Amino acid sequence: MCLLFVTVSVSLCCYYRNAMLEEEMSSLGFKAPKARKTGTTIAGLIYKDGVILGADTRATDDMVVADKNCMKIHYISPNIYCCGAGVAADAEITTQMMSSNLQLHALSTGRLPRVVTVNRMLKQMLFRYQGHIGASLIVGGVDVTGPHLYSIYPHGSTDKLPYVTMGSGSASAIAVFEDRYKPNMELEEAKKLARDAITAGIMCDLGSGSNVDLCIITKDKVDILRPFDQPGQRGRNSPSSV
Amino acid sequence: MGKQSVVNRVMNKLSRLHDNVFCALSGSAADAQAVADIVDYQLDLHSIDMGGLPLVKAAANMVKDISYKYKEEMVAHLIVAGWDKSKGGQVYGTLGGMLTRQPFAVGGSGSTYIYGYVDSAYKKNMTKDDCHKFVSNALSLAMNRDGSSGGVIYMVTITDKGTEEKVILGNELPQFFDD
Repeated sequence: MCLLFVTVSVSLCCYYRNAMLEEEMSSLGFKAPKARKTGTTIAGLIYKDGVILGADTRATDDMVVADKNCMKIHYISPNIYCCGAGVAADAEITTQMMSSNLQLHALSTGRLPRVVTVNRMLKQMLFRYQGHIGASLIVGGVDVTGPHLYSIYPHGSTDKLPYVTMGSGSASAIAVFEDRYKPNMELEEAKKLARDAITAGIMCDLGSGSNVDLCIITKDKVDILRPFDQPGQRGRNSPSSV
Repeated sequence: MGKQSVVNRVMNKLSRLHDNVFCALSGSAADAQAVADIVDYQLDLHSIDMGGLPLVKAAANMVKDISYKYKEEMVAHLIVAGWDKSKGGQVYGTLGGMLTRQPFAVGGSGSTYIYGYVDSAYKKNMTKDDCHKFVSNALSLAMNRDGSSGGVIYMVTITDKGTEEKVILGNELPQFFDD
């Protein structure tokens, strides 16, 4: 029996047509469409019983909000989820491919997939594409060896940490984590911390906004809370209404 | 100036290539991690083939081969060090794809600030404790001066008896004149 892995290959059949079109069109004043970036705040943290992943829900096309409620927390396997920042299509397709390959891998090994496996597969693929796949990912999950959290960058470097943030709002979010993160937090405290970190990104970063989505992964189950909070309500953001 | 930020302030830049060989990463994190992972894998197979622990020179050679072959595409420098039965403790630099055995080696953006210190402080046949002091002093000095270096110090000691890993936290770092 042969299990085929889906591998990304860049299709070059339209290369010459695309190159000619771009050249002709740009001389007429038309610009090629820009890849839509999510301009995001995503975060993850390890707490007592598992992992919490958080994300905002705004997708931007340059300076226009293209999607007010997009889902940035992607399914990888029943016990592993992944937040994606950077180029929206790259994050989406990369996570879908990983999910597919991981399911085949799990059938081959006969075991529940491990977070370290997703990390290894993602970093090897992204490195192969030398940063041209603009996906910045936070992978979190609980497997037989416990809860794990990795951040993965477009060029293929990864960090294994107890708390991580990525995206254009990451600086705001990491400030909240650095102030209040403690190891082995209880669920409610951890949820509040994740929510506050994403909210910091929503408030202080132009590329992030709308709602806070949370994904809570434990040994026994996964809870997707969408939306968990909606700090970006109209009329709520003036100083007097705080 | 472009946006720069610290994404990991506790990154362990010492990567295990084998039980008796470690390497220190510098340059692009993605490139360095990729090379270390590949050599880790290749050394695994090599040591099974050879039926024992690899020579440090063998590990360094593998790193050097990759660094030389992809010299134009990659920006990473790995310092390979370890212990083996034939030559004892060894340190190899692989900068630019050239293999050089050295008594000590420094690399990375912060290394430029400590060439004077390491050249004057290094002595042959130091004890283990003296070596620990040498390394932690050198790194601490570099961390104080180089904007891209900082956080904690990870130190790995590899001898015939095995490998010992140590972390020196911020408040335990050696102190120098700092106004």
